[in-house]
Amino acid sequence: MIEAIRDAMDVSMERDGKVVVFGEDVGFFGGVFRCTQGLQAKYGKSRCFDAPINESGIVGSAIGMAAYGLKPCVEIQFADYMYPAYDQLTQEAARLRYRSNGDFTCPIVVRMPTGGGIFGGQTHSQSPEALFTHVSGLKTVVPSNPHDAKGLLIAAIEDPDPVIFLEPKRLYNGPFDGHHDRPVTPWSKHELGEVADGHYTVPLGKAAIRRAGSAVTVLAYGTMVHVAQAAVEETGIDAEIIDLRTLLPLDLDAIVASVNKTGRCVIVHEATLTSGFGAELSALVQEHCFYHLEAPVARVTGWDTPYPHAQEWDYFPGPARVGRALIETMEA
Amino acid sequence: MADAGMLRFHVPEPEVRPGGAPDFSNVPIAAAGSVPRPDIDADPRTIRDMAFSIIRVLNRNGEAVGPWAGLLSADELLEGLRHMMTLRAFDARMQMAQRQGKTSFYMQHLGEEAVSCAFRRALLPGDMNFPTYRQAGLLIAGGYPMVTMMNQIYSNEADPLKGRQLPIMYSSKEHGFFSISGNLATQYIQAVGWAMASAISNDSRIAAAWIGDGSTAESDFHSALVFASTYKAPVVLNVVNNQWAISTFQGIARGGSGTFAARGLGFGIPALRVDGNDYLAVHAVAKWAAERARGNLGPTLVEYVTYRAGAHSSSDDPSAYRPKAESDAWPLGDPVVRLKNHLIRLGAWSDERHAQAEAEILDTVISAQKEAEGHGTLHAGGKPSTREMFEGVFAEMPPHLRRQRQQAGV
Repeated sequence: MIEAIRDAMDVSMERDGKVVVFGEDVGFFGGVFRCTQGLQAKYGKSRCFDAPINESGIVGSAIGMAAYGLKPCVEIQFADYMYPAYDQLTQEAARLRYRSNGDFTCPIVVRMPTGGGIFGGQTHSQSPEALFTHVSGLKTVVPSNPHDAKGLLIAAIEDPDPVIFLEPKRLYNGPFDGHHDRPVTPWSKHELGEVADGHYTVPLGKAAIRRAGSAVTVLAYGTMVHVAQAAVEETGIDAEIIDLRTLLPLDLDAIVASVNKTGRCVIVHEATLTSGFGAELSALVQEHCFYHLEAPVARVTGWDTPYPHAQEWDYFPGPARVGRALIETMEA
Repeated sequence: MADAGMLRFHVPEPEVRPGGAPDFSNVPIAAAGSVPRPDIDADPRTIRDMAFSIIRVLNRNGEAVGPWAGLLSADELLEGLRHMMTLRAFDARMQMAQRQGKTSFYMQHLGEEAVSCAFRRALLPGDMNFPTYRQAGLLIAGGYPMVTMMNQIYSNEADPLKGRQLPIMYSSKEHGFFSISGNLATQYIQAVGWAMASAISNDSRIAAAWIGDGSTAESDFHSALVFASTYKAPVVLNVVNNQWAISTFQGIARGGSGTFAARGLGFGIPALRVDGNDYLAVHAVAKWAAERARGNLGPTLVEYVTYRAGAHSSSDDPSAYRPKAESDAWPLGDPVVRLKNHLIRLGAWSDERHAQAEAEILDTVISAQKEAEGHGTLHAGGKPSTREMFEGVFAEMPPHLRRQRQQAGV
């Protein structure tokens, strides 16, 4: 998926001279996850460069560049590091179009690796997506595979508004299904690991059905799409798995159509439970599908603790926990 | 000598509080004309002392003296005087309109008019300011229509920002005036980013960042200085030190650094202090800094030493935290009076013509106000539609907002 993300920036920089890429370790070295490798050599230091360790500075300067007319695509090294930039994102980037009535706009993309599964502890594992979806004026995207990552990132760069692009870091090197004790499968063996050359987009705001089914709807995004797939295979339940891809704008139509068909819904995310994005999904399902529901909406999430180090796999909502929720929802 | 006893906590205090006699005798003020004017490509290390002095042009006799004088003609100065008088009259009327309930909030410039009015003259078309809430002189001196400003203040049907933003948080890309956030210091690093973009694009336009003394304590100020220094961004970094951040005296933000200009030194950024109540000095320093930016010499930090003679905002009462007579005791005087006296000294102006100009300007402001009020005020007359509330969050309205707009019945 690293190559797909890099390819998206490469294609965008090639097509549009206004696209610039910067962040911590992003220039010469090509990023700690190597997502920007080769871009500085290809496009020069004016279009791909290293930034000081200063997240509010990275996002704040990107906003100024966007107001000028460039299209910055910046990297925050870990989503856990974005808090110093939160003011710039929520009060500035998100509101510039609104407060100036379109006099100034902010077409920036802020990429950040999200989620756990690499023994990153409290400060390299967080999933802060709900902190973005709660803010009016931001779009929030979480890809689950290389094909989507490239198409969604190109769409995000071309979008006229600020987009938060959360990259599940455990998916960088393969479709991780939560079985941490098994060997890593590379993307080359996955059907969505194949990435078309050149320019294409995956539209923001459109979910994808990863598995069609009739018994229960699973709403997931990022790494949890693969975990849900494993859980469904292991329980043998005929679930319909929806990969949301974009959390805001949300593809509510796809959710409602599926839940109205299955009558059951399990929501899965890695982020903490309370006030997580699953709460919003659960409320929407209740509001729009209440008379079709045959069981309470279930949520399987990270626990409401900081992301622990040694207990990583006790924290992570793996296929066993998702499977239990599926069975309970079917029996309810 | 070090004192190894019990540790003591230090909280700085201003010299005088309400009830006390204002005293600025410990504020060192350099004589007009005494600070040299270095070449714009001077090595920043050789001009570090400029961060601790005050560049002044107008002396007590109303003469323009020293190496920073002589840049503006009498006609240009007369125009500058008119800009400052217009801003002052505009402020007085809008402050009153707020008291009359025609808007919710207002912020005036009293005593600080020279800073934004004179700075504007150093810019070229296409340059971009990232202002705070106290630089409306950039708009007035740039020819932005007063009626449009008032429409914004009244949030009326002709408000270019459709009623979405607080009064005086103007936006005009066309006039080189970035949308004011109302959040503090965030615009400082954005200005640096805009300037970086101009350099990336091999453009010739420069940016101007604005911040107050109090907000220099924000981390975004330091972010801006790091980025400006690292990338040699074509930006003028302005700090308006008006002595007071609401009720907090400037020593709380400044700490032990001596001056705000000195903050630039650690970043290798040339830092100048200037008499903010001296129209000629502000303009000369702004021009010097703008030429540096345009000449690929990088950023300049400029501290404007001035005094907020009015309240922080329409919601503030300064008599609760500083002596009432403090502004009269301010040693750098009033910017309008000082420029007026200079022009009289030049033989280009008189008390009579000044009084006449004041009356004319007031007429112009009042007729603009009438026109704006014809479009409504905050609580009466024409107002932006409720539908506008849902527009412009994104370029294209997403489904959830369309549903909410429908729910709201608009």
